[in-house]
Amino acid sequence: MKSLSEIETTVKRASRAIGFSWGISEEVAKSIRILELFGLPGIKNLDLYYKDKKNKKFENLNIISEKNLSSSELFCPITLGVSFLDQIEAMDNLKQIQFSKVAYPLIFLSFLSRASEIIGKKIYIKFDQNEILLNLNVNICSSLFNKEFPLIADTLDVQFIENQDNFNESEWQSLYKLSEDTFVEENESLKQGAAGAGLTDND
Amino acid sequence: MKIELRNPNLIMKLSRLGSFHQSKLSFLRSFLNEFRDWDYKRDLFNLDQKGYGEAVYSFKKKERVYSLVCFANKIKDEERSDRVIATKWDAAFTLHDGVPGKDDIERLKKEVPKQEVGRLSFKELTLSRANKSVRVFNHVVESLSDGKQPDLDLLSKVGYLYRTTAVYGSGKFGLADRFRIENRDEINGPFRLEMMLVYLVRQFTFDQVNHVAHHKNPKKAVKLDEKICKNLGIGNSTGLGMAPFIVNHPTLLNNWILSRETALKKIREIKKVNDEDSKLFINCVKKSLTNITSWNTESEYQQNKIRSLLKDVKKFINYIENDFNFKSEYPFNDLYHWLDKEACEECIEYIVSIMMEPYDYIIDPLVKNMSSDEERYFNIPTNRTVEDLCNIIESKYPNILDINFEKKENYQNFWFISKNKAEPRLADRFVEHGSELEQPLAIARDVKRLYEKLQVSKNSLTIAEFLSNNSELRHVVRRAFIVEKFPYSEIQDNTIGKDVMPIDMLRLKLSFFGALKFDPRSDKWLRICMFQGAPLPNELKNYDEQWVYNTNI
Repeated sequence: MKSLSEIETTVKRASRAIGFSWGISEEVAKSIRILELFGLPGIKNLDLYYKDKKNKKFENLNIISEKNLSSSELFCPITLGVSFLDQIEAMDNLKQIQFSKVAYPLIFLSFLSRASEIIGKKIYIKFDQNEILLNLNVNICSSLFNKEFPLIADTLDVQFIENQDNFNESEWQSLYKLSEDTFVEENESLKQGAAGAGLTDND
Repeated sequence: MKIELRNPNLIMKLSRLGSFHQSKLSFLRSFLNEFRDWDYKRDLFNLDQKGYGEAVYSFKKKERVYSLVCFANKIKDEERSDRVIATKWDAAFTLHDGVPGKDDIERLKKEVPKQEVGRLSFKELTLSRANKSVRVFNHVVESLSDGKQPDLDLLSKVGYLYRTTAVYGSGKFGLADRFRIENRDEINGPFRLEMMLVYLVRQFTFDQVNHVAHHKNPKKAVKLDEKICKNLGIGNSTGLGMAPFIVNHPTLLNNWILSRETALKKIREIKKVNDEDSKLFINCVKKSLTNITSWNTESEYQQNKIRSLLKDVKKFINYIENDFNFKSEYPFNDLYHWLDKEACEECIEYIVSIMMEPYDYIIDPLVKNMSSDEERYFNIPTNRTVEDLCNIIESKYPNILDINFEKKENYQNFWFISKNKAEPRLADRFVEHGSELEQPLAIARDVKRLYEKLQVSKNSLTIAEFLSNNSELRHVVRRAFIVEKFPYSEIQDNTIGKDVMPIDMLRLKLSFFGALKFDPRSDKWLRICMFQGAPLPNELKNYDEQWVYNTNI
């Protein structure tokens, strides 16, 4: 098995060799490392993309807006990813961002995952029939585990999910009430002595 | 009195970094300290009469076990080489996480001797190989088998029986990635497992030499005296492979140097030094003269440095004995000022290291700060502005901006990775081919390029906007934002100039390992000695903390 360190080093060098700057290559290396750590086929997709890149043209998108339509070519997932990462704090207030025709969307996802950590919000992605949740770069939740990852996303929507609980108040209260069963009801003696800090609760 | 940390623009110059010495902060010393209460054991010693076969050594504490698995092989004299192009070695080693089973040993037996072309698993933590110093090893075998102890003069000229030619860790060749083990308290310090491997290899070399001598003449042979063993270390032959590491790990480099600088600052801030501490310091300085006089090298460059060091250390001893009073306030601060004025860089850093000896309460907490969570500082703060970045560069790289990169001599060399061995190399760009594949290690040149580009950009531009048109400078933009937070993260010097001494970069790293007796074999590789004078594994529970300055050969 290849170690993540080997993956990162090799991806950095390969990215430089295909023509990206050293700085961009470092970004690609970090991103592919994350995909492989999460069990997603980063190396496989990158290898396919770099083979494609030798024969095909891809469009570079440097400034991201709410709607990003490619012209005739597919968007390069790396330029797109780095631009997204760089501009994430300026885009935070946008509810939804749409991209058309993204090549190798899995590679793009890895940058979005890192962006999720930077803004401290989960990012929801939908492309074609696939839904993916990026959890602050801690993991990537998708139904595509162990399946072939699509090589092109015709339309890809990105939504920032506001920080909120995944449960309602009554569910929380129900669990909290149960947790109280581990507490000890204090009698006067316990109230006086168990805190060990004095006679008031907040001194 | 508040003392300022030393200026990074002075300390991070290559000539200064290339004058660093081991200290209490060094990794091999902090390794010994951490593992002193672990149980050491030789679990397997299955060598034939000539000393070939397998052996396993371990450190154990509660449920945690680290096992060194050794494979000693027969090789022909002409196959023995310290260069990275070698494919066979006298012995090969791996540090296994846990107790290796029979299956593990069989698997490792096939892979470990192959080194770079073998494959290890996440159960292995470090990998290494070593060659005998044939002259010394054979002499020791001959002497012991004849019932005598070896000639100490010969031993002192070399200082070890074996020298390693590489020690790999952190995910190389399939080894465990650092993140798998980083939460273990006992290895909360850089290169701790690499140090463990080298330390246990040292014991293997003693056991092997005793074993071979015994089988050569079972009736007459004696064991190598433990005092002699203690005064032998493990050699290491190191080339350019180490140099890019310190450029590629800026926050880690910062944490190493910052710990050293913080230690010095705190020691200089001690108002009253008690007798016990001043005596310990003076004693270490005096005893350390043996380390200097027994420092052998054929390198004229290093010989000159050793001569200056010896002269200045003697002058320093004369000063503290005749003209200095440790009862004065802030004595270490006064001593530092004296050194700064009177001594060469080699001597300043030598004495700075020794100043740490009495002060465990200052050093021990700093040891814990010498790792780095590098990922945390990787992202570029792209919402900052061009003006911010300009200010950072002007304040953090002032000397770099003075270098004229229009002059050929200032960009004469380039760093590249050899296709044959996947190892870093340095070459003259006007003589050799390949400079178009230059590695991003010319930080000074690239910072200056960045600065020039920023000068013609709008101050209010965000870094995101700047990068969208200047992607080729991204790697140095990242570094500039790192150096803003980590003052010692950058070598403040030109790493591609005509006169660059790459061994200065190696020496910096090796000094933090705890290496002694730097012996440059050229401007690009050197030999060193590790653990010379260190306690043997069976002495670890109670040993002399100043062993470095108490070697006898």
